[in-house]
Amino acid sequence: MKLKQRVRLLFQHHGPVLLALMVFVLTYFVGGRLYPAMRKPQVFFNLFINDASLLLVSIGMTMVILTGGGGIDLSVGGMIALVSTASAALLRSGVSPYVVLPLMIVLGIVFGAVMGWIIQYLKVQPFIATLMGLFFARGMAYIISLSSVTITDAVYKTWALTPIYIPFIPNAYIYPTTLVGPIILLVAIYLSFYTRFGRTIYAMGSNEQSAMLMGLSVPRTKILVYAFSGFCSALGGIVFSMSLLAGYGQFATGMELDSIAAVVIGGTSLTGGVGNVVGTLFGVLIHGTIVSILQFNGTLSSWWTRIGVGLLTLIAIGIQSIYYLREKHS
Amino acid sequence: MKRLSFLRRVQNSQVFWPLVAWVVILLFNLIVDPSFFKLGILSDPTYGKHLYGNIIDIFNNGAPLILVSIGMTLVIATAGVDLSVGAVIAISAAMGAVLINPALGNRLISNEILTRNATNTPLTIIILADLAAGTVCGLWNGLIISRGRMQPMVATLILMVAGRGIAQLITNGQIMTIYYTPYFWFGNGYILGLPVSIYLVALVLFLGWLFVRKTSIGLFIESVGVNAKSAYYSGINEKNVKLIAYAFCGLCAAIAGLILSSYVHSADGNNNGLYYELDAILAVVMGGTLMTGGRFSLLASAISAVVIWTFTVTVYSLGVPANALLAAKAVLVLVVIVLYSDYTRRFMNRLIERRGSSHEAEAES
Repeated sequence: MKLKQRVRLLFQHHGPVLLALMVFVLTYFVGGRLYPAMRKPQVFFNLFINDASLLLVSIGMTMVILTGGGGIDLSVGGMIALVSTASAALLRSGVSPYVVLPLMIVLGIVFGAVMGWIIQYLKVQPFIATLMGLFFARGMAYIISLSSVTITDAVYKTWALTPIYIPFIPNAYIYPTTLVGPIILLVAIYLSFYTRFGRTIYAMGSNEQSAMLMGLSVPRTKILVYAFSGFCSALGGIVFSMSLLAGYGQFATGMELDSIAAVVIGGTSLTGGVGNVVGTLFGVLIHGTIVSILQFNGTLSSWWTRIGVGLLTLIAIGIQSIYYLREKHS
Repeated sequence: MKRLSFLRRVQNSQVFWPLVAWVVILLFNLIVDPSFFKLGILSDPTYGKHLYGNIIDIFNNGAPLILVSIGMTLVIATAGVDLSVGAVIAISAAMGAVLINPALGNRLISNEILTRNATNTPLTIIILADLAAGTVCGLWNGLIISRGRMQPMVATLILMVAGRGIAQLITNGQIMTIYYTPYFWFGNGYILGLPVSIYLVALVLFLGWLFVRKTSIGLFIESVGVNAKSAYYSGINEKNVKLIAYAFCGLCAAIAGLILSSYVHSADGNNNGLYYELDAILAVVMGGTLMTGGRFSLLASAISAVVIWTFTVTVYSLGVPANALLAAKAVLVLVVIVLYSDYTRRFMNRLIERRGSSHEAEAES
């Protein structure tokens, strides 16, 4: 194949992902131009530290959105609140963290699987079922504790506060919890490209009916996908509670939109079947960069972040629909 | 054609099941605590003599939810959904508070000026601005959904999150307290001994009913909900129908925001109308309107909203904390959705058929 053709194919197949990468480099560059302090390497690693739980949640969200048919998981923020509060309360009452962690992960998987079951077998629209999940999880978090619960557990503290220095780069470090996101990202890449599970997700996203007629196990995959998303948000909740060393029912309000924004900016189509988790990584990084630019600015108030993320999602969806419309026409 | 019997007609009406649910909850209250129904006459120094009691409170405090449910009904009937109603309530409340309050922006102002019983803008303009803010939000939703072809859920989710940011932007991040007494009339005033909000709800319900049942708009909305494409091919401008539905929903949420902020004497961008979207969706679904669009009834949704509010008040009076109610309501949504789902209907049909066939078998033998 000629090089030119190859490049063209690359752009055709990975257009939105490459676009997300470009936007990320561009925003980061602009940030660096505006605020010289942003040029420090630590700022880049801070993106991963600050958005650790957002990355985890968005990976699960990507898989759910890829299944198509309006698939979406709005319960992620509630799940983070529930997991953080429940683990904080359990740790306070003296349960070993090595029991709490697996328990929380099982909670997330079961929660996700139940939502998946409701969606698949009771034919409830995904957003209703998961919106209900969101309210249920937040309500449960408030039932566990009405106020913030601090974590004083030694194991949590070591994990949360031991810096890992990056080799070859002076003064740059990350925390152990930061690594969870990238590891799960690798797992998700493996799952989506090299397993039957992943291929079924893409087939469902393109056309659920024909996937079913091809003999793919659509119902099982759907439940598994929501369970995977529950697993990711439970991990996100653990990472969140470790980074703040607390648990509270009001944690991560509005994170569902942040993560949908990250997924959409990363080039995943909301109609399903198109996109991948690598794009989501760049979506999360773009989100993080914009938040840090707002922080470096210092004069803008926190609500601008909300409005900014909303606008960004809107623009990303706009660009995407134009892109896919053109693809359909050509 | 055989005429349906009266009983069957009542049972087929969308209003039937919500009314049954309401009666059940009221009966429960009658058994647990008969003083729930106590009504009295109170003479208030500002508003004169008026009725008071739990039932009056249910209608008065539930008015915002009833209004939002009425708006949401039209949106859901077009096979859409509006998750932004809570945020629109907050925006409308913030708008009212800002126009009354002289402390705009970061301008320093003495406490004396801030807390006096006066307004910056005439009341009519405040009301119009409130309603306009909500309608603009609704129009925005409608435009990106009908013209931008975005999924209703995502489009309104953007406003659900960004809208609270906008509300905070309007009030500059503060919780604004309102000291202007004429503004309180909407949430606290009385006409002929009944709360003003009841009259407002009745007015909106009546106008809405005129709008959808005495013109062809209602039919258009139903046809768009059933099948947008075939509605388009039969010459209905489905884009404008959707636009109208979302704008109406925004308007209803704005009136709800007006009543709510007037009732609590303040505007809080973070908490005004929090979680109203779930309650409103629940009310609409309970009122027999399918999430997939089609047949709807404004009255049934309004009654369902009253049922939900009665449920809330009942649970509060049993001593359950407010935040735990969130989880209870989520379960209630699930139960209602499952009860109304095709799955249950098929299951019920199968049960009825089986009974029918066994009757036949008995008759034959």
